[in-house]
Amino acid sequence: MAKAKGKTPKPEELAKIDYSPPEKHWTEVPVELKPGTFCYGARPKYLEEVDFPNPRDWQPYEDDWKLPENWKDIVLEGMEDRLNKYRTFRLFMDICVRCGACADKCHFFIGSGDPKNMPVLRAELMRSVYRKYFTKAGKFFGKNAGARDLTMDVFKEWWYYFYQCTECRRCSVFCPYGIDTAEITIIGRELTNLLGCNTDWIAGPVANCYQKGNHLGLEPHTIQSNIEMMCDDIEEITSIRIEPTFNRKGAEILFVTPSGDLFGVPGVYTCMGYLMLFHELGLDYTWSTYASEGGNFGFFTSNEMAKRLYYKIYAEAKRLGVKWILGGECGHMWRLVHQYLDTWWGPADFLEVPKSPITGTVFENAKSTKMVHVVEFTADLIKHGKLKLDPSRNDHLRVTFHDSCNTSRGMGFFEEPRYVIKNVCNNFFEMPENTIREKTFCCGSGSGLNASENMEIRMRGGFPRANAVRHVNQKYGVNMLANVCAIDRAALTTLMQYWVPDVEVCGVHELVGNALVMTGEKERTMDLRLEDLPGKEEEEEDV
Amino acid sequence: MGALFSLGVVIALVLVALVGVKGAHLQPLFGVVIPYLAVITFFIGLIYRVVKWGKTPVPFHIPTTCGQQKSLPWIKYSKLESPATGKEVFFRMALEVLFFRSLFRNLKMQRSGERVVYGSAKWLWLGGILFHYSFFIVLIRHLRLFTNPVPSFVHLIESFDGFLQIGLPKLMMTGVILLAAVTYLFLRRIYIPSVRYISLPADYFPLFLIMAIATTGILMRYFIRVDVVKVKELTMGLARLSPTVPDGIGTIFYIHIFLVSTLFAYFPFSKLVHLGGVFLSPTRNLANNSRMVRHVNPWNYPVKVHTYEEYEEEFREKMVSVGIPVEKPLETKEPEEATEEESEGKE
Repeated sequence: MAKAKGKTPKPEELAKIDYSPPEKHWTEVPVELKPGTFCYGARPKYLEEVDFPNPRDWQPYEDDWKLPENWKDIVLEGMEDRLNKYRTFRLFMDICVRCGACADKCHFFIGSGDPKNMPVLRAELMRSVYRKYFTKAGKFFGKNAGARDLTMDVFKEWWYYFYQCTECRRCSVFCPYGIDTAEITIIGRELTNLLGCNTDWIAGPVANCYQKGNHLGLEPHTIQSNIEMMCDDIEEITSIRIEPTFNRKGAEILFVTPSGDLFGVPGVYTCMGYLMLFHELGLDYTWSTYASEGGNFGFFTSNEMAKRLYYKIYAEAKRLGVKWILGGECGHMWRLVHQYLDTWWGPADFLEVPKSPITGTVFENAKSTKMVHVVEFTADLIKHGKLKLDPSRNDHLRVTFHDSCNTSRGMGFFEEPRYVIKNVCNNFFEMPENTIREKTFCCGSGSGLNASENMEIRMRGGFPRANAVRHVNQKYGVNMLANVCAIDRAALTTLMQYWVPDVEVCGVHELVGNALVMTGEKERTMDLRLEDLPGKEEEEEDV
Repeated sequence: MGALFSLGVVIALVLVALVGVKGAHLQPLFGVVIPYLAVITFFIGLIYRVVKWGKTPVPFHIPTTCGQQKSLPWIKYSKLESPATGKEVFFRMALEVLFFRSLFRNLKMQRSGERVVYGSAKWLWLGGILFHYSFFIVLIRHLRLFTNPVPSFVHLIESFDGFLQIGLPKLMMTGVILLAAVTYLFLRRIYIPSVRYISLPADYFPLFLIMAIATTGILMRYFIRVDVVKVKELTMGLARLSPTVPDGIGTIFYIHIFLVSTLFAYFPFSKLVHLGGVFLSPTRNLANNSRMVRHVNPWNYPVKVHTYEEYEEEFREKMVSVGIPVEKPLETKEPEEATEEESEGKE
């Protein structure tokens, strides 16, 4: 029935990639919505819940997208408005010289060979329209000036390729002018949202997050029971009962993490790691069922929607009267907390500059936003010798670290997670240099692409990352891919099952939880996954 | 196709100057009027573009961080790739503008059996550096035509440029390097399939134009000699705003100056404005300090939000039932409890 979903080819087939561009000029190659490479259209109820325009039943594979008659004017007015609001947009429309340095930097291009996945062409899809309607040269010289009309086909092409970019910013590292395709994709998606053309996989979480506080739509009692279930597991592993608090006024710290940590594996293992750490420290903190989402799918919709969703964080901190905010492991959340939150909702002068109650460290780097990354917090604890760690409990793991796009290129967060991992694991191996840190490759499913109907393009987009993992898997026997992102934990799991089946995925705090020696705990025989710790199960038999 | 079109335009420009000067004797037009107009267009156009960009707000603080952030004091941060202060941003920008830092990072993706590898690829960087610097030096050398006496730094540059001491007049290396570099940039556009695929007429045109400018310049200096004294008379006239057009300057000079004028006039309307744009790029010219210092968005407007009160209104009962604290107690407590009991009783 649904033409969006296609059968995902076998890895051997998918790895055969043809990079030679077609004979025809790209403006003459019409967009082809291949099943398996795009997501379903947003259901009307989701758009209605957040007052977005043009809610209707539609599907991208249908000819008629049911747009308002004046759709073209809406798009062009939207462009003009944004050209005047964003220097990035105007500048990046003007100064590209098409040197091609970005061409082979995009994971989607490397995985698909589709030339319109070269960042330069992705941007040219919009630049060509910009030239036609907003520059004299384009108006007068038309095609010879690289201009083209905005037609329905062009709009569909935008939609297809702007929802086939994960806003990872790898291209912007290599661009001699710092042109950031993410900026163009963000604006491109805003324009599609003016016509109600979001994907269901993004619009659903946005509506959930707006009404219920988190993307997954977990209601307060469910959040509590999910966490209590994790505490049951922790009790089984350690014999220690943890009693976390929810919406508690007067706590020192509000903890906000992506809801992906509250539901499903391997996210919950990371969450168990937080719970154990905070318990062991005796941290005076609270969860919030209202600000129960660190991530922000609004950002994959429009800047305004992103701002609307992030209202909760400071508002809840204020209501509960906490001193500062601690944030969980998440990728785009941290780009937004680091680069946007304070601008949207600051100044948060009702909070105090974050100070670790355990070490006394004042987090000067977060003195305005008042929000600290949990890995920064933990790195500081380890540095001050405040944690008793037994890294040998992770000896069954040979770990590599995937730098998430957003924390890498939108924050510069490289050493903190490595420091923590090296202190809680004995076997750590880096992937090849050109695939990590600021040159890291996307999981292929970021920015709201981690649906199931677009599995082929996800596996293609994740191919460069998976390829580097396979290399360390073969060379060093790596069997665990650690990361600091909730989308990664979900998406890389699928990606590994497809490309490198013997590698599993975990968050950094799962490794911390394994290694953490807790006061009064029983001899550990299981890791946080409730799997036997090799070497320990024999002792168990002896007993 | 784009290449042929652009080549055609440049050839047409050469012919226009040739016919205009040789046929119609419009020396004053090509030697004075057009150059003046071109220079005015260049400056007004470039200022207009830069001011327009500069006036467009930067709503969000979005540097692309290419190195370790400044966080905990014992973690060494990358001052050049993730600058935390204005001074560090200055050095990051200097590296970018003067040494093309980002382009220097360039890698080439290759398949090696099952593996994808990323090898070093510095040719584009080298070609770019040679092109821009040789062009810059050639431009400085031309100051000798617009100054009297010629400043000593121009002499100095000339003596370095001609240090090979080949031929008479001495061979200036930068002219040759410029032509070679621009030819390289053209050839890679033609030969690398992906780059050919993305290229527009607007990418070939400046390359052909600069090739033609360098070629006519070299021809004039070494092969089809023109009377340098008369040329300087004309250029000094331009510089002093009292233009004269001496007789007997070779046509090639007018072709050269017409092509240069075209480049100047074309500059602000083309991708060549990256010259000004690179300084304004928010992914490069902002410090990575957005959690330390609040960045203000000038058009930050109020938005509709879902408040805690609305949230609690929807979930109060569920929250109370599992002991999550609420702001407002459940309404009409007693009757509701009663009904609850009742219904429980029924079940």
